[in-house]
Amino acid sequence: MAKTDLAPSRLHFGDLGRTASVGLRTRKTRAALSAVGIMIGIAAMVSVLGLSESSKWDLLAQLDRLGTNLLTVQAGQGIGAGSGQLPEEAAGMVARIGPVEATSTISAVDASVYKSDFIPSGQTSGISVQAVDVNLLETLGGRLADGDFLSEATADYPTAVLGSVAAERLGIRDVDDQPLVWLGDQWFAVIGVLQEFELSPNLDRAALIGVNASETFLDHDAVAGSIYVRTNPQFVDSVMDVLPASANPQNPEEIEVSRPSDALEAREAASDAFTTLFLGLGAVALLVGGVGIANVMVISVLERRAEIGLRRALGATRRHVAVQFLGEALLLAIIGGVGGVLLGVGVTAIYASSQGWAILVPTLAWAGGLTAAILIGAIAGLYPALRASRLSPTEALRTS
Amino acid sequence: MTTTALEPGSPSAPPGLVLSIQDVTMVYPTEPPVHALAGVSLDVGEGELLGVVGPSGSGKSTLLHVMGTLDRPTTGDVIVAGHSVSSLSDRELSSLRARHIGFVFQQFHLLNGYTALDNVADGLLYTGMALYDRREMAAHALVRVGLGSRLMHTATKLSGGEKQRVAIARALVGRPAIVLADEPTGNLDTKTSDSIVELIEELHDEGASIVVITHNRDIAKRFPRTVSLRDGLIESDLQNGDH
Repeated sequence: MAKTDLAPSRLHFGDLGRTASVGLRTRKTRAALSAVGIMIGIAAMVSVLGLSESSKWDLLAQLDRLGTNLLTVQAGQGIGAGSGQLPEEAAGMVARIGPVEATSTISAVDASVYKSDFIPSGQTSGISVQAVDVNLLETLGGRLADGDFLSEATADYPTAVLGSVAAERLGIRDVDDQPLVWLGDQWFAVIGVLQEFELSPNLDRAALIGVNASETFLDHDAVAGSIYVRTNPQFVDSVMDVLPASANPQNPEEIEVSRPSDALEAREAASDAFTTLFLGLGAVALLVGGVGIANVMVISVLERRAEIGLRRALGATRRHVAVQFLGEALLLAIIGGVGGVLLGVGVTAIYASSQGWAILVPTLAWAGGLTAAILIGAIAGLYPALRASRLSPTEALRTS
Repeated sequence: MTTTALEPGSPSAPPGLVLSIQDVTMVYPTEPPVHALAGVSLDVGEGELLGVVGPSGSGKSTLLHVMGTLDRPTTGDVIVAGHSVSSLSDRELSSLRARHIGFVFQQFHLLNGYTALDNVADGLLYTGMALYDRREMAAHALVRVGLGSRLMHTATKLSGGEKQRVAIARALVGRPAIVLADEPTGNLDTKTSDSIVELIEELHDEGASIVVITHNRDIAKRFPRTVSLRDGLIESDLQNGDH
């Protein structure tokens, strides 16, 4: 009477999802808490990568706008480094270098700026006065917050343009009311306020006046202290090489040449180190989250022996039981992973918006985050799943 | 009530067997070894209702596990719905349970987060039937056991008797060759026990083959056939005449 034509036990894919989510639906708090571990890890990694990408985009946009072809020529200062002043003919010599597209000089004026003539002379607010060429704004790629920059017409008169920090310290936001400042015992009209200079922060704390005005009203000997040089981008290195000898043929060693954009790149490199650190912390959180899921799944298998016994009695194969518990671990990890990606994107969006950056979350971050979550879930669920599948039906039912 | 003795495993057992146990032993390899079954032969015919009764340690639960293919016997063979257990792989045994055997447990074993309907539908989960069809059959089964108004109640909201009715519906929903009930009234009060026994009798009247394991002789005697077990051996196998 023995027969062997038995159709195999089958579990539809949709039913697999239902059985794998039994533990999550019946133990919601525990499931949520164990998914949080994964979520924190993934969120940390996604937001770190997202913020890094967003800030890099900002840097590239800055560099794109400001250019990496701006060079600064300064006279060295200190023992053996020179007088701190460039030779009078330096600017003209530098301008004659072939690939140089524009030059602009600044010269520190021995004067202070005050909001009014009642302010004690000691309260300078740390604002310097610089005599500058009228093409400075164009050479540096700077932008005006309000008003106008010095022009050929205004540079001869007692007019000043304030750097962003200087304007703030003097309490001047705009030039609508034609404000005046007390500059070197003389009233100067403020005709413009600048936005922040990314490549030359020292100018943010300065009041800029025309070279002629500095000589006429402040008796300043306008010898250039620094020359800003805009070169053809393809010849930046070559120009850097010849600048010292061009600016001071007698003592080229007294000339310091720098590229301000290098400072921005160095700042980004420093933040890259933090990115790596936070990625490492994210990975640790992810690992801890994975251990949490494994722990919860092992406990779940112990608690649900009766269910395992019942399912075997209902016709589940060992593989069905293993897949159910593995599926549950994967679901936990995927929930944590999706939550983590959303949280990471949210953090990136909020912080990047607050900084005025573009919101960029690289595909690697979210896809990698989800993949990592799935892998962690699979690894964490494997042992409990095998353990559940190896349980004999009678043992499972007997101990329930 | 009159009784007639049957020779265990004899050709005189009713024709159309759904279950046949042939000289089964079960030895647990403990120290010293436990002989839970010491050579049991038993045939269950199609549409039969029998009670297996015996004191604690007599081998009742082991016999149920062996009959339900949850355990393989140490020696001997079990044939369920024409399939010899000794020749089947673990996967094939799962399939045999999915399609031909229904279980009712003392502890009900319902999934608490599930409705009565889905608990019963899970009786067909591993047959590969679509969810819609499973639910439709489950609804019929629940109506049959008197729980037509409780389909969408979760298991936690059901009384003990209702839970056992859901478990019985789950065991019967796939129309298995045989239903094995392990102390189905063990967790219930007397009145509820009576109603469950009556339900089992009704289902038998409709043609279901049912084996009830119980330590309660009064319940076992209500069934058409009573098998007494002691020390892993069949002590008696009686037909109760007034059925």
